[in-house]
Amino acid sequence: MTAISVQNLNVWFGVGAARSDAVLDVSFDVAKGEIFGLVGESGSGKSTILRALVGLVPTWSGTMQVAGETLGKKRSQAFFGNVQMVFQDPYASLHPRHTVDRVLSEVMQLHGIKDVDDRIAQLLDDVGLGASFRFRYPHQLSGGQRQRVAIARALAPTPTILLLDEPTSALDVSVQAEILNLLADLQRDQGLTYIMVSHDLGVVGHLCKRIAVMNNGEFVEVLGVDAMRRLEASHPYTKHLLESSVQSVG
Amino acid sequence: MSQPLIDVENLWVRFGGRSGVFDAVRGVSFTLGQERLGIVGESGSGKSITGRALLRLIQPPGIVEADQMALQGEDILHASEARMRQLRGGRISMIMQDPKFSLNPVMSVGQQMTEALRAHESVSKSQARIQTIKMLDEVAIRDPERVFDLYPHEVSGGMGQRIMIAMMLLPNPEILIADEPTSALDVSVQIQVLDIMDKLVRDRGMGLIFISHDLNLVAKFCDRIVIMYAGRIVETCKASELRQAKHPYTLGLLNSVPNLEYPRDRLDVLKRDPAWRDAPSVSARQ
Amino acid sequence: MSDTQNLREWLLSDQPSSRRHAVLSSWYIGWLRFRSNTLAMVGLGVLIFLILAAIFAPLLATDDPFAQDLGQRLLRPGTDGHIFGTDGLGRDIYSRILYGARISLYIVLLVMMVAPLLGLIVGTVAGYAGGWIDIILMRITDIFLAFPRLILALAFVAALGAGIENAVLAISLTAWPPYARIARAETLTIRNSDYIHAIWLQGAGPLRIVTRHIWPLCISSLVVRVTLDMAGIILTAAGLGFLGLGAQPPSPEWGAMISDGRAYILDSWWVATIPGLAIFSISLAFNLLGDGLRDVLDPKDSGS
Repeated sequence: MTAISVQNLNVWFGVGAARSDAVLDVSFDVAKGEIFGLVGESGSGKSTILRALVGLVPTWSGTMQVAGETLGKKRSQAFFGNVQMVFQDPYASLHPRHTVDRVLSEVMQLHGIKDVDDRIAQLLDDVGLGASFRFRYPHQLSGGQRQRVAIARALAPTPTILLLDEPTSALDVSVQAEILNLLADLQRDQGLTYIMVSHDLGVVGHLCKRIAVMNNGEFVEVLGVDAMRRLEASHPYTKHLLESSVQSVG
Repeated sequence: MSQPLIDVENLWVRFGGRSGVFDAVRGVSFTLGQERLGIVGESGSGKSITGRALLRLIQPPGIVEADQMALQGEDILHASEARMRQLRGGRISMIMQDPKFSLNPVMSVGQQMTEALRAHESVSKSQARIQTIKMLDEVAIRDPERVFDLYPHEVSGGMGQRIMIAMMLLPNPEILIADEPTSALDVSVQIQVLDIMDKLVRDRGMGLIFISHDLNLVAKFCDRIVIMYAGRIVETCKASELRQAKHPYTLGLLNSVPNLEYPRDRLDVLKRDPAWRDAPSVSARQ
Repeated sequence: MSDTQNLREWLLSDQPSSRRHAVLSSWYIGWLRFRSNTLAMVGLGVLIFLILAAIFAPLLATDDPFAQDLGQRLLRPGTDGHIFGTDGLGRDIYSRILYGARISLYIVLLVMMVAPLLGLIVGTVAGYAGGWIDIILMRITDIFLAFPRLILALAFVAALGAGIENAVLAISLTAWPPYARIARAETLTIRNSDYIHAIWLQGAGPLRIVTRHIWPLCISSLVVRVTLDMAGIILTAAGLGFLGLGAQPPSPEWGAMISDGRAYILDSWWVATIPGLAIFSISLAFNLLGDGLRDVLDPKDSGS
């Protein structure tokens, strides 16, 4: 069962001479319950693909299908109830004047979910925060805690697909480990489908089963995680990335 | 035993606030010889503040106290601001994380670099330009004459950081403090920038303090490592002996990084023991 | 004693237990920050004093502000129970100052209700919508910005007759454009934040995003700007009064009082100077208050 299907996706910004292509002719499928990785350096277009999927990008061409439905210019409320996103910077993804409670209740209100109090308690529990965090403002939370709130917000409408845009790059290594464990647990418990974007091969290799390597807006190679762990790659760019990442680790 | 380049003993940095005094650095002691010392810690560990305290960049309401803080025997804890201005750049320099924020956006690369040089040496403008271009060449920038006239927003991240290194090494300091110099760069560019730093520090016989959150990177690059937690040093060891580290925090940090070649089902989560915060700081003086 | 201590601890808790607790806590912390700024407290103090003086004017006044007594003209301050002396028509200046405070504060209130709200709406809508709406709204803003305040007031007076409401209308119509500009600039920055994208991704429409997510963030800079502008507004109103375009005689408006006092400035300096000092105090108070508010509301709290 295919959860996400992308065919010949092109994303560009600007017109005519000022046009810059962010994504060039990208095609891939993600099966239901799969964790798919998108890896590349900054400017490779990986985050742009996620943004195109949720409708944050104005100019694109190609076909995108999510849960069988072909996506057009706008996204429906039902879509948002099914697909959610977690952003990179925990310090920028929560409204500075809204408490955690306010953030989560508003989401429920938008989706028409009724038993708000119970749901909020359940969500905070699911992401490893207790009830004592419910009425805090973002500046009273650490980076890891904010990211957990962002994950809770994404899970509030009970989506089946989560798009993760470098969810741990801005976090300390020890906090990253906690968040990665949390994401793995949630995926397993709720059978979610993930697309995970990262520049860190170690992170991607930990969670993902299949990984697409991007460079300058194009897919360079798609490989399975086992091949990646054995450092077996066909394309020279992938080899170069693997070497650089191994060189700077252990 | 020749005099260490830097000798710090019992450094404390405090910030007074509405809810009381906050101690960012609590009793840190270390020496730096002609070696590379890595200071590793997570956010809030006090590592960056330690670096800035050495350069006397901590402004009130921050207070810096130490039993000793000396640069080649000269006391820099009580030195006048005028003397510090001579020392900064001239004897001890600092590279920061993101060249987007550490290079002046309204001055061209050449202008900034010659300004830095002429602040410490009395050379003519044309002489300064010649030296600047030579330095840009040393950091592997192709076409240095053209880059001389570019503005910071016109160069890439990796190039900007190399320009930063060139600018900081131009007045020939003896010590370089690098505060997360590669964290804002892509992985493949990181290697290149580190190689350049490596070569320059080695060729000039400088001492290097490398501040980072990346334990593995520091282990590869430095000779000695100091691990900081909550303002204290919890462990110090030779870089080659990192795997034999004893302190649970160090081991926890090492184990929480996902390693591509050695997969695990769950990453080890660091359990912070409150005792680490209260234990006295380990001295890294040699 | 321990009750206040407990209350303080409760308010400073970093683990609020309810919505009300969280809101009260953040207001309290803001208040503490404001309180530590002495000059701002001075400004607040002066302002509260003037507001109370205005409210209790009937109780505090020694005479009827409109009562003329030509036998008691131009008495020095302190004579015969006239604290600030009397003016050219024998009216007690102290009482007129008190009632005049009412007029000044009335002007301030009216302008504060109209101009910032209008500026906020125009600015945030323009900033969020972009495109043609932005262009049209900003050009309208430019047009109003181009009008010189006093000239517009003259035009209104010519068209609608002199009076304080028309003066206030003229001031409000020229005061809102800067607020629109500020609001628009803030909106342009905020619009691209992840938290706005996040709520949009939950199906929030533009109305909800603008009113519940963008407005709370614009309010801070707007409040500061408004407070600092108040001084200018009061001076403009005084200027209009001075020219005879604002409050009409025998109304004890401070600007008009200065105008009346011009004729006697060399011999009876207090007739013009006392109202001048009153205007000075209220302007200074607003300035100090605005400075203090800026320190409290400045987005230093939007980071970690």
